[in-house]
Amino acid sequence: MVGLVVLSLALITVSFRETSGGPLHGAQNVGAAVMKPFEVAANRVARPFRDVYNWFEGLTTARSENQKLKKELRQLRQEYATAQSAENENAQLQSLLDYERGPSFPTDFNAVNASVLVHGATDIEQQITVSAGSHQGVRVNDPVVTSDGLVGKVARVAPNVARVTLLIDPTSAVAAVDLKSKAYGLVQHGAGGGDQLVFGRVPKDRIVRTGDFVVTAGTQLAALPDIYPKGILIGRVTSVDQNDVDIFKQIQVDPFADFSSLDSVAILVPRSRG
Amino acid sequence: MIALDGLKAAILLFVVAILQVSLLSSVDVYGGMPNLLLVTIVAVALLRGSVFGAAGGFFGGLLLDTANLETLGLTSLVLTVGGYWIGRYGETTGRDRTHAPFVSVAVVTVLYAVGVLFLHFLLGDPVSARRILLESLVPSIAFNLILTAPVYWMVTKLLPPLDWRERAGEVRLLG
Repeated sequence: MVGLVVLSLALITVSFRETSGGPLHGAQNVGAAVMKPFEVAANRVARPFRDVYNWFEGLTTARSENQKLKKELRQLRQEYATAQSAENENAQLQSLLDYERGPSFPTDFNAVNASVLVHGATDIEQQITVSAGSHQGVRVNDPVVTSDGLVGKVARVAPNVARVTLLIDPTSAVAAVDLKSKAYGLVQHGAGGGDQLVFGRVPKDRIVRTGDFVVTAGTQLAALPDIYPKGILIGRVTSVDQNDVDIFKQIQVDPFADFSSLDSVAILVPRSRG
Repeated sequence: MIALDGLKAAILLFVVAILQVSLLSSVDVYGGMPNLLLVTIVAVALLRGSVFGAAGGFFGGLLLDTANLETLGLTSLVLTVGGYWIGRYGETTGRDRTHAPFVSVAVVTVLYAVGVLFLHFLLGDPVSARRILLESLVPSIAFNLILTAPVYWMVTKLLPPLDWRERAGEVRLLG
């Protein structure tokens, strides 16, 4: 017994100290190679039994594992949705910030940035609720924009929230001008529904082409000030028609602002308000 | 007679070592793994005494270390000591007692776990004492105890218990 213990200790010492290419490791490798066919054979013989065992074991654990995985999936979905939402909002806020610092931002206005709290758009009215109100200096009829373009105007104000009527609401109307031809008209919601706008009241003798940019006209007469500052992008002309009956052109405009995915907006507050 | 028993024991331990590394090493129920080789060595030691126990433990451990590409001698050392000790127990107080295989297997399973853990610790291998001693030990003992009766019966058929007169050098209990 003592001899075997000493032999074991010697084997441990040599095996531990020896490099992997040493004679003892070589002998071990040979031994393992000799045993391998027997192991393979044993595995083959036992495989059917092992499969049956694994099948039964899988059955017992499948239900609990399924519930656990479903729970994990729900949690991951929520985390993904939260992260995605935050990422989108971050991108929109960054875009708003760039717009506010850019040259196209109206000089005599300050921007009050707000998140969209409620997307309350229905078939009847196109409105959203945003997270800024009278405490932030917001008043009724203040213009609301994104970095893409005009969104609408404030319809109702509470201390910390405000209701915004979107440009695509049937009641909205904005004095606008074709950026290229300087043709004036009125942008309203189209009769066909959807997000399409109509650039109406443009006389037939004015030249408007597909692809022209339409922007807010701003105040033309000091006696009749416009609530929208001049030069805010509204959309791009997608079609121009005219017939003998109508006295105005029929112009369709595709708005730049994406009303279906508004997460953040900027409310333009006149600097004069302080 | 001894040579024939030695040959039978060697073949048995070789087959059991193959089964252990190829089949039973992948079994994991509640963290425990059945150690058929250990149970077989205990049975051989109880039936043939300390010398057979020590030699069987050394041989079985060497096979296991070789097949698993472990540090050679590590399992051999633990199983040699365990086989010798159980052999002595079989020669003395454990003789002819029905519960002897079960007690031996339970005790050697614990000592094997502690011994292997200690040796790995000495060699600086990353081992988890919590996993070995707390999580897997109890299920492993249960597994080995389940295996004890059939394995002992099978080994008894291969190596029948010796007659009293053949155990000349053994200790005899009084009373």
